[in-house]
Amino acid sequence: MKRVYALEEYCVGCRLCEINCIVAHSQSKDIIWAFKVEEPRPLPGILVEEARPISFGLQCRHCDDAVCIKSCITGAMHRDERDTVVCDTDKCVGCWTCIMACPYGAIKANENDGKVVSKCDLCPDLSQPACVSHCPNEALIYVDRG
Amino acid sequence: MLREKYERVPSGCAVSGILDRSGRRFSGNDIIQSIALMRERSNGLGGGFAAYGIYPEYRDHYAFHMFYDDEQAREISERFLNEHFNIAEAGPIPTKKVSWIINEPMIWRYFVLPKEEKLTSSGLLSDEFVAQCVINLNKRIDGAFVVSSGKNMGAFKGVGYPEDIGEFYQLYNYEGYMWTAHGRFPTNTPGWWGGAHPFTLLDLSVVHNGELSSYGTNRRYLNEFGYECTMQTDTEVAAYLLDLFTRRQGMPLEIACKIMAPPMWDEIERMPDDERTLYTALRTVYGKALMNGPFSIIAAFNSGMVALNDRIKLRPLVAAEKGNVLYVSSEESAIIEICPKPDKIWTPRGGEPVIGMLEEVKA
Amino acid sequence: MISYVLPEFLVMRDENRCIQCQVCVRQCANDVHYLDEKDGKVKADDAKCVNCQRCVTFCPTHALTIIPNPQEFKANANWTKKAITEVQKQAESGAVILTSMGNPQEYPIYWDKIVLNASQVTNPSIDPLREPMELKTYLGRKPDKLEFDEKGRLITKLTPQLVLNVPIMFSAMSFGSISLNACESLARAATELGIYYNTGEGGLHSSLYRYGKNTIAQVASGRFGVHANYLNAGAALEIKIGQGAKPGIGGHLPGEKVGAEVSATRMIPEGSDAISPAPHHDIYSIEDLRQLIYALKEATNYTKPVSVKIAAVHNVAAIASGIARAGADIIAIDGFRGGTGAAPLRIRDNVGIPIEMAIAAVDTRLKEEGIRHQVSVVAAGSIRNSADIIKAIALGADAVYIATSALIAIGCHMCQKCNTGKCNWGIATQDPQLVKRLNPNIGARRLVNLVTAWEHEIKEMLGGMGINSIESLRGNREMLRGVGLTQKELDILGIKAAGE
Ligand code: SF4
Ligand code: SF4
Ligand code: SF4
Ligand code: SF4
Repeated sequence: MKRVYALEEYCVGCRLCEINCIVAHSQSKDIIWAFKVEEPRPLPGILVEEARPISFGLQCRHCDDAVCIKSCITGAMHRDERDTVVCDTDKCVGCWTCIMACPYGAIKANENDGKVVSKCDLCPDLSQPACVSHCPNEALIYVDRG
Repeated sequence: MLREKYERVPSGCAVSGILDRSGRRFSGNDIIQSIALMRERSNGLGGGFAAYGIYPEYRDHYAFHMFYDDEQAREISERFLNEHFNIAEAGPIPTKKVSWIINEPMIWRYFVLPKEEKLTSSGLLSDEFVAQCVINLNKRIDGAFVVSSGKNMGAFKGVGYPEDIGEFYQLYNYEGYMWTAHGRFPTNTPGWWGGAHPFTLLDLSVVHNGELSSYGTNRRYLNEFGYECTMQTDTEVAAYLLDLFTRRQGMPLEIACKIMAPPMWDEIERMPDDERTLYTALRTVYGKALMNGPFSIIAAFNSGMVALNDRIKLRPLVAAEKGNVLYVSSEESAIIEICPKPDKIWTPRGGEPVIGMLEEVKA
Repeated sequence: MISYVLPEFLVMRDENRCIQCQVCVRQCANDVHYLDEKDGKVKADDAKCVNCQRCVTFCPTHALTIIPNPQEFKANANWTKKAITEVQKQAESGAVILTSMGNPQEYPIYWDKIVLNASQVTNPSIDPLREPMELKTYLGRKPDKLEFDEKGRLITKLTPQLVLNVPIMFSAMSFGSISLNACESLARAATELGIYYNTGEGGLHSSLYRYGKNTIAQVASGRFGVHANYLNAGAALEIKIGQGAKPGIGGHLPGEKVGAEVSATRMIPEGSDAISPAPHHDIYSIEDLRQLIYALKEATNYTKPVSVKIAAVHNVAAIASGIARAGADIIAIDGFRGGTGAAPLRIRDNVGIPIEMAIAAVDTRLKEEGIRHQVSVVAAGSIRNSADIIKAIALGADAVYIATSALIAIGCHMCQKCNTGKCNWGIATQDPQLVKRLNPNIGARRLVNLVTAWEHEIKEMLGGMGINSIESLRGNREMLRGVGLTQKELDILGIKAAGE
């Protein structure tokens, strides 16, 4: 399947991926509304790891053999019809088992409501994930490497 | 307004040429008839002819055709000629009053040979010596103009429709083995007799239809080899390039034509190795001699003639053959007019020269 | 001590738009923006801003504008703000003012006073979309004539030539003055375009040898990174005598820019200043130049054309003629607006002559001496667009070198702070954090785009003039007319006034 890959040598640590991820998952899809008005503000599904000069955008790998799915106690974490690993927020009880299980640290607690997790869903409504389209240095690519 | 000599004037035109490869001589009637048919392509502001083989009795002498604005110009010029040449015969070129032809200059002819001592002291070959003298005459003597200076040939030109010019010079009284003609359509200027075609240099004459967009580049290139383009005409550029390549650099005529109208790089890429190397070298070394923009020219010299089109054929040119005779012209009709049933008639491709050589030369 | 120097720019942040995302904070290597922890707001220290516009471009809400500081001194046509500020700076530093890029002063730009011709009626214009339009250019030495045997076969063998698909090359910029990613962008674009880029005086990084076919290897007075492999790595060699931005002085690469890679490539110790002498100490005369040209030809077995690059100075025509006679195959002339990675401000702004005049003078001089057709002439020093190129070629150049416009294509915003090594665009820097900002994939693509766009425009202008091959434009000054020039200027340029 197509996944987002980070090219560490070109990541400049600007975090525009995070910001645009938030916008893409906001209600208004408008950056100023999303940040200044909307409550709660969504969490980014991508997180930039940084130890300058090294940095890269990290997000869910949508593993074939996803331990988060296996470990989820309510079945909230599941694979959808696009093969994307996503979380059904209605079912999530906020136990955070998945957070502990994910070997990449790609799942985060949503501090807005204390229980539901937030993670990359590969932007199902867009032709290309928002982080990829908005990365100014082509440090994120969306390709099928098998 | 500057006289044409000092300013470049764009013009459109008609050209025609006939060569009997066997060397048989024929009168100027055919060429007049051929160029007259294309009257539409001229506007009465210039016409002219070059005739080869017309002076067999003086075949070894340089035949100078001269225009003089006044007596004084003639006197100074004759002094110059006397100083450098032995003059075998001199006199006005016979002309006939034609009502359309007005303001003609004094038109004279001299059969000359360079003075031995002048040749020796100049250290030049006689052709080069004559060429230098022509340049000096044109440059230094106000009101004098050398119309032609080759052996056994002459140019006859003026302001008017070409057929009237032919009548004026009574060209039906001359016989030559090769004739070229030109009808001119300059876009401005009242017309200057010297500015009419053909343009000549020794026995080389050029008639030309077109306008070179590469004029500035070509002129600067020629300048490097000592040619000064004083006439401000494209024809002069074409003539000098041919002179440089064929006479001074001794290059085959076909190659000279391929320099002036080379194949496209695309085409060169596709050629077999040998040819590709040749054409790449030609374009690399002689790029500034490429004649760009629309043209069809007929260049004639004692041994034959060549007709050439620009490489994307922006001006018309047709060729035909019947027996020994080669015809080239701006329009097919101008050939059919004088040769109704040619053995072969064709439209040469852009950049493909049509070359006709006298048989005695070919052998 | 309090600095008397006013901040040059003010950072304007539209609070209605700013979302406090701190992208600007992370992008400014000059530490202008910062997050004020006390109120959680992003603020700016204007005095450090160089107006490179990295933050402006990256701010996702377009909340930023950088403006010149409107603070003025009492009006004085002589003691301008610039004049006063420079005195203040030097009174504080006691040093030569260093700067970079090309001469920004208000000298006339002759390109903008020259207009082009087009065909009407008497000579058809040519549509480049429908007819072939040729820009292929051969640079190198040409014989006076080609020789043929009696069968009409070519005997003459041409000396090595550079073949350009478009008469544009990327001018010398050394690894050290610019980043490896910038070098790679240029090298890759040159390869894709079928043109050449020039290594500059800093040697060739080992990762760039694979672009050798499209490389011109430069040899300058410091001889940094020059060895047999280097000389043989490229398609041509260039001896750098001078540079338009700083005629008469050598280069200076500060030790901070000399990291491991630069040190290895230049063959100098890490952290040491790389200072190239003002002259080549083995070239004090034209005969010496001849020796170096032939030494390089020997070293490369006569397989590569040798170019000699000089700054356009007063007697450039005579110098060019000497260079041609000394055996150079290509003469590159760099006008006084040419850029640099670092130069003393007084030199950059006051030495040299405009490239337009230099090209016209050189072409005419070589023509008068009957040797113009033997050598190629390359014009450099602020070619800003395709019309400048057309004009340069019509004045007599065979091709042009571009550098500043190439850098602008890959992100340079002309802040003229290359000498600080803190280029926010990853170009004039060796800081790994900044270098990675220039992704060579993007850089190469943008360069290819730029040259391709110019190629289209050149074809269109040529077609308009009724010319279908670039060689028919070379030295074709009939195609140019001057507007608003004095007779003397027209004479030097060898062109007529509009209307003539
Ligand atoms: S947007 Fe791209 S360059 Fe910026 S932090 Fe994210 S991955 Fe890195
Ligand atoms: S990048 Fe723009 S929106 Fe973000 S903190 Fe800076 S000024 Fe504000
Ligand atoms: S130096 Fe550049 S990045 Fe920093 S504030 Fe100024 S314009 Fe923005
Ligand atoms: S290369 Fe960088 S430092 Fe130099 S002028 Fe351009 S943006 Fe500024």
